Amino acid sequence: MNLTLQIWRQKGPNDKGQMVDYKVNDISEHMSFLEMIDVLNEQLVASGDEPVAFDHDCREGICGMCSMYINGEAHGPDRGITTCQLHMRMFNDGDTITIEPFRAAAFPVIKDLVVDRTAFERIQQAGGFISVNTSGNTQDANALPISKHDADEAMDAATCIGCGACVATCKNSSAMLFVGAKVSQYALLPQGQIEATDRAANMVAQMDLEGFGNCTNTGACEVECPKGISLTNIARLNRELMKAACKS
Amino acid sequence: MNTILKTSIGRKIAMALSAFFLMFFLLMHLTINLLSVFSPDAFNTASHFMGTNPLIQFIMQPILIFGVLFHFVMGFVLELKNRKATAVKYVKNNGAANASWMSRNMIYSGIAILAFIVLHFKQFWMHEINYKYIAHETPNATRYYEELVKVFENPITVAVYVIAFIFLALHLLHGFKSAFQSMGIPAIRKKTFETCGKIYAIGVPAGFIIVALYHYFNQ
Ligand code: SF4
Ligand code: FES
Repeated sequence: MNLTLQIWRQKGPNDKGQMVDYKVNDISEHMSFLEMIDVLNEQLVASGDEPVAFDHDCREGICGMCSMYINGEAHGPDRGITTCQLHMRMFNDGDTITIEPFRAAAFPVIKDLVVDRTAFERIQQAGGFISVNTSGNTQDANALPISKHDADEAMDAATCIGCGACVATCKNSSAMLFVGAKVSQYALLPQGQIEATDRAANMVAQMDLEGFGNCTNTGACEVECPKGISLTNIARLNRELMKAACKS
Repeated sequence: MNTILKTSIGRKIAMALSAFFLMFFLLMHLTINLLSVFSPDAFNTASHFMGTNPLIQFIMQPILIFGVLFHFVMGFVLELKNRKATAVKYVKNNGAANASWMSRNMIYSGIAILAFIVLHFKQFWMHEINYKYIAHETPNATRYYEELVKVFENPITVAVYVIAFIFLALHLLHGFKSAFQSMGIPAIRKKTFETCGKIYAIGVPAGFIIVALYHYFNQ
């Protein structure tokens, strides 16, 4: 298929940036979206132009690096996928596709479609961990029985890959789904209880400090999340914060 | 407790608590309004009680005014903060793909409701204050029904009233479930709970509209 791409080009963090039109021809419907961008970039390099900078790594939906806001949606029109898992069969011959970087004040553009998502790392460092003694006397994992239900819910929350689609898609640029998932994965397990109070309070404080917006429960994040992280994790985060406030 | 109010989640919880209070108040207000359809006498008695009982006048009324103001001021504060957090807009954004119109436009339905409340205050509340505390008219326990009927004689008032309550329904269609979600109540994800929310969000504004239309057509 032949396509017109409208892509956000921005030379660096301080450049104003603008949408630029490109044509790509003979795109196979079996290609992934990133492979299609590869074709475009080869074309650009061959003609001596600067290729489009974009984030990617695993190309199999597990690292969360590939971002891109495609036709007005994070990771494009399909559901439960990352951009690297988006197939060109979702589009038609002759389509015009807009491709923009993930937008949020807390995710500044570095170049073209690459944005700085290290704010998520700083939130994780504020409390998204458990302190385990690794000196050699670690407890046997089976010594702590955990109900199947809790284990499943914790595992579901732990599948968050930190891609930032929830922030990109939120009309408020809120990071609540991400933080909700990161708090929930420990809140449901006994290992997470010891630091539970500090975890919720510190991660939320860091989230606010980074300049993410306030959640108004539109639910857009849950629809666009490639890993199906649900709003119940945000409800749990709210409860965890209330608990933390009561305890402190 | 102090620190929680400074967080984004704290503000969200405060917003939800004021919403619960206002939703409870709406139910009470509607109950009294509905009395005017079934029994003018009962309506007069209830209105007179609400208008003269010191507990309601000097404790509940200030709390209500505070609740309304708090909800609006907080709503605007959140909107401004969120605008800052989303400084650069997308060239193309398909908001309808993943969230309802109501949830994306709470600020606009809210502003429409605020405009109506200002009008409502002018029409009913200022009149009451003037009657009771400024002009010091003689208390009349049977004036309320007549006053109500007179207000709904005017088709423009009725039209404004109907439009305002449609906005209220839009606001509540998201607001009801949003308030429960903010409080971290997991049951909100259940279908029955969602249905209750829809019944409240449509039923309560519809009740107010029916009262207005009833008096207009019953002149
Ligand atoms: S919650 Fe979902 S959308 Fe948000 S960062 Fe995690 S995986 Fe990505
Ligand atoms: S490149 Fe790793 S998730 Fe897409």
